[in-house]
Amino acid sequence: MAIGRRVGVVATLTVALVGLSALPALAAQETTVDSGDTAWILASAALVMFMTPGLAFFYAGLVRQKNVLGTIMHSFMALGIVSVLWVAIGHTLAFGPDIGKVIGEGGWIGGLDFIGFKDVADAPSALAATIPHTAFGVYQMMFAVITPALIAGAYAERIKFSAYLAFTTIWVVVVYAPVAHWVWGGGFLNAIDGLGALDFAGGTVVHQNAGAAALVFAVVLGRRRGWPQDSSIIPHNVPFVVLGASILWFGWFGFNGGSALASGGLAALAFTNTHVATAAAVFGWVIPEWMQHRKPTTVGAATGAVAGLVAITPAAGFVRPWSGIIIGFAAGFLCYFAVNLKRRFNYDDALDVVGVHYVGGLVGALLTGVFATTQTAIAGQTGLVYGGGFKLLGQQAAASGITTVWSIVLTLIILKVIDWTIGLRVSEEDEITGLDLSQHGEAGYALIGG
Amino acid sequence: MKLVTAIVKPFKIDEVKDALKDVGVQGMTVTESRGFGRQRGHTEVYRGAEYQIDFVPKVRLEVLVDESLVDRVVQVVMDTARTGTIGDGKIWVTPVEGVYRIRTGEAGAEAI
Repeated sequence: MAIGRRVGVVATLTVALVGLSALPALAAQETTVDSGDTAWILASAALVMFMTPGLAFFYAGLVRQKNVLGTIMHSFMALGIVSVLWVAIGHTLAFGPDIGKVIGEGGWIGGLDFIGFKDVADAPSALAATIPHTAFGVYQMMFAVITPALIAGAYAERIKFSAYLAFTTIWVVVVYAPVAHWVWGGGFLNAIDGLGALDFAGGTVVHQNAGAAALVFAVVLGRRRGWPQDSSIIPHNVPFVVLGASILWFGWFGFNGGSALASGGLAALAFTNTHVATAAAVFGWVIPEWMQHRKPTTVGAATGAVAGLVAITPAAGFVRPWSGIIIGFAAGFLCYFAVNLKRRFNYDDALDVVGVHYVGGLVGALLTGVFATTQTAIAGQTGLVYGGGFKLLGQQAAASGITTVWSIVLTLIILKVIDWTIGLRVSEEDEITGLDLSQHGEAGYALIGG
Repeated sequence: MKLVTAIVKPFKIDEVKDALKDVGVQGMTVTESRGFGRQRGHTEVYRGAEYQIDFVPKVRLEVLVDESLVDRVVQVVMDTARTGTIGDGKIWVTPVEGVYRIRTGEAGAEAI
């Protein structure tokens, strides 16, 4: 009861904050706003939004039937929570004017200038000169929504719903927003006047960040009852997995293509790289799988595709398409082997967030250091194969390391606090009954007599 | 009155049903089920891990039969459901104490 009251107070304050911070819109300044750019960014925001329900189905198909709704909720509810949170506090922390100097001119956080979307209106932000700040804000919101939803793969089938809500809320503010600021918001990892890390659309900010958090979550939460010996812990709906992966592939055109923050050649390059890398990644996975198990699987093809999508994310605007193909294939190949680490080290990363998102993101970030060329984006740098030496590669590795450590340490603290107050894991009885019935009072399918 | 229960391979059920109609069986109940006898299960692969699945999909067939027809029905099912490979299934016969048609209330042999 006391906890429910506390949550209610926080929710009310948040809504009040959002309401009170509405200001009269600034007079439209159309001088630099480009309608083509704006149209593409808004379309991209919609595409990225669609990735979250896509993720819901990708994950849902991989769990047992009794947990299908619980798993979908872990993605769907993120849309609710994080969207509001982003307006309230997330956007300002990530993209407010940079405070401090940690490396170069890059500071540590964005401050509170844009709290509640204050001053986020028609005039462009400093970070995206040809689109209204509103468009930039709502586009970034969709990234903030899907990132905590990715972590759901690590706690699937055994998380308490209240713990999920608390974790998602806190993690976005304390872990995601700062990293987004460091890489994209002018903070100390940024490509222009910070450490110099290149992350076109979130290989570090989204995927390594979520993947590292997932590792901590899986270890702290513990293994599912019966894992790994229980052979009934297998996907219950493989068509959903493919449907979900396909929606992710489709939406990712907005995730990477829109990260050009403009419509034109750069967006087209990112879009194309996204597609060809993913195509190659399918084979990167299926070929070793076919060789090892004598059969190519649908789950494997879908997972390989997602690994490719993840890996091309940091590289999409910085590499030529031939490099994109190599990056995709490498990701599919390496992630195929990476997903078995959990069995080697006995941590139950149920849906392979570490093996696909962390490893895929890391591979992509490092290969960006290899294949990046200044022939593409303005903020590009020269990678290893173009004669740039190891400088960029080193910057990529450093940014990955810093993000990973931040995510691990803070996620650990958040989880310990939640576990200590409301508890993280469902009871054994609820785990056996399944999340759908125990947490949501529902059954996913009414197949007999329905 | 007897109940003939048969567990057969799923792809055989249509053949069995047609053969039973030919010998005068007018109704039956079919259920999807899973099981194993001395047949080993199979292996499924998900993301690089192999899972040994013991239960194999089967179809359970139940037919109410007058005593005089039991041997014929058993033979028909046996002949049509057999493939010769492991996992063909089993048939068993159990006595039935009473049979009733719900719509009319008929009992016994008239209810089949």
